[in-house]
Amino acid sequence: MNDLSVTEQKQWHAPKNFIKLLILSLVLFGICVVASLAFGSRIVGWNEIMNGLFHPDVETHGANVVRQRIARTIFGFMCGAALGVSGALLQSVTRNPIADPSILGVNTGAALFVVCGISFFNIGSASQYIWFALAGAIITAIFVYGIGSMGRGGATPLKLVLAGAATSAALSSLVMAIMIPRSSVMDQFRFWQVGSVGAGNWDSISLFIPFLVVGMLIAIFTAPALNALALGDEAAKGLGVSTGTLRLIAAFGGVLLCAVTTALAGPIGFIGLLATHVIRLIIGPDLRFVIPLSAISGAIILSMSDVTGRILGSPGELEVGVVTAFIGAPILILITMKAKMRAL
Amino acid sequence: MKSTHAFKADHITAGYDQTTILHDVNVSIPSNKISIIIGANGCGKSTLLKTMARLIKPVSGQVTIGGKPIHKIPSKQLARVLGLLPQTPIVPEGITVADLVGRGRFPHQKFLKGWSKEDYEAVSEAMEIMNITEFADRHIDELSGGQRQRVWIAMALAQQTDILFLDEPTTYLDITYQVEILDLLTDLNRKYGTTIVMVLHDINLSARYADHIFALHEGQLVAEGQPSKIVTSSLIESIFGLHCTVINDPISGSPYVIPIGRHHSKLRKHS
Repeated sequence: MNDLSVTEQKQWHAPKNFIKLLILSLVLFGICVVASLAFGSRIVGWNEIMNGLFHPDVETHGANVVRQRIARTIFGFMCGAALGVSGALLQSVTRNPIADPSILGVNTGAALFVVCGISFFNIGSASQYIWFALAGAIITAIFVYGIGSMGRGGATPLKLVLAGAATSAALSSLVMAIMIPRSSVMDQFRFWQVGSVGAGNWDSISLFIPFLVVGMLIAIFTAPALNALALGDEAAKGLGVSTGTLRLIAAFGGVLLCAVTTALAGPIGFIGLLATHVIRLIIGPDLRFVIPLSAISGAIILSMSDVTGRILGSPGELEVGVVTAFIGAPILILITMKAKMRAL
Repeated sequence: MKSTHAFKADHITAGYDQTTILHDVNVSIPSNKISIIIGANGCGKSTLLKTMARLIKPVSGQVTIGGKPIHKIPSKQLARVLGLLPQTPIVPEGITVADLVGRGRFPHQKFLKGWSKEDYEAVSEAMEIMNITEFADRHIDELSGGQRQRVWIAMALAQQTDILFLDEPTTYLDITYQVEILDLLTDLNRKYGTTIVMVLHDINLSARYADHIFALHEGQLVAEGQPSKIVTSSLIESIFGLHCTVINDPISGSPYVIPIGRHHSKLRKHS
């Protein structure tokens, strides 16, 4: 074995652009931190950001504004990372490039349960939302998977997405049916439903952390086996993967991350789709690298959308769910067209 | 020479959903040899291969390796002994040759541990055997059908198993590539003693490349043995329903099946 082949071999381990992309992501991430602290109904300058972050004794108005934005910023990153990884997991499990929690109906299911909770059980706090959303997301996921696996050939990607789209449409109308006659619920629900990280505070962050950690660990531990699953079920079994168990665990991780984000920030669509596709396009399909980078890119995309919403909606703000839908929808169409061309 | 594992399928009855395809099949795979399963469409050759490669759970009977039922062996451990190349594996979008071949190392890798020296060596060796080292950084989409199939076989080789199952590895390939793939598999068998079991459609290539043939008809094993001993016009007639004559392949001396058909025969008066 000569030296040349050793250096070649190093490249096989990590994708070619991995380090460059990691550095770029971290730079963008830093820019997002600054932008998220600086922009809003009141735009603050660099000095005030520094004062707000590192000089707790400075009590200027600007510094206080920055301090108030810290929690929101961190919360936004956590939501983005969770949705990015959730997308990567669900895409791998269904082996479908357009599988996103919102497309599989998972976050509509979460939303329905939260609305039911608000309407019939008088729930009103974020910690109660979480459990309702989680239950709704899991039941919807099982339901969609069940419908998708009926008939010959089991749960094919196409059947899953069709089942998800149909279920999602049905559940959305249920949400409307429950909500419209109840104006008080509507008020409470309206803001949540659009998807906003503006509500994020230290409480929601601490509620979020345990779920985020569990979901991320699942993603990291299942990545190598998901790489094998990407070659098809038969090839994966040949490589020693228990495909059923793997799907169950990885899907649970994906649903968990999406459900908790939905509970705390409302349904935010398309992040899972956007985050993973950008990464795959640059470094290829190796999930050991796609998953962590999707967490970072998800965080970046969500916080950029949030900042954009604050600038466009000034002096108020445009909820982040509106912004991601605007960016996401055309990109979904592009990806679908590309995927179709490949499939045909 | 690799270690030998006695590999057997005992009284296998198997199929899909409610349809039983294989009926009470007994097969013992000769170690360090190339075995080829032949038979007409729908006779159960793929089902037999998939059952032996634990993709299908038999309704009754069991598959054993070294006397141990394969379903009792942890799946990852079994994957270090028994490799499989399915008929239509999926190419992940944008994957490079080296990455795909590297995925064959999955059963050898531990949780969260990076790539070991053995992993790198196995991958580079597999690419060398399949003659694809020069494509290492290329995307699979850019390769021809024959090159792609070499990449898939390299993936299975990187798994470094003693037994390798291949489900129709030459389907959709031009004749040149079919011969190339079968030659490479023969190299592998001769050099490393890998036990190879495959399903092939082409009866003449099967007769030339197989050390041992299993002939299936309607879910039952009707003949097995060396091609020169079992490939006769009566066997071909009974399993394919093809009226034919068998001559010796002028290159290899193995049996060569020539269909008779209804036209073109110069020997019509004599036959």
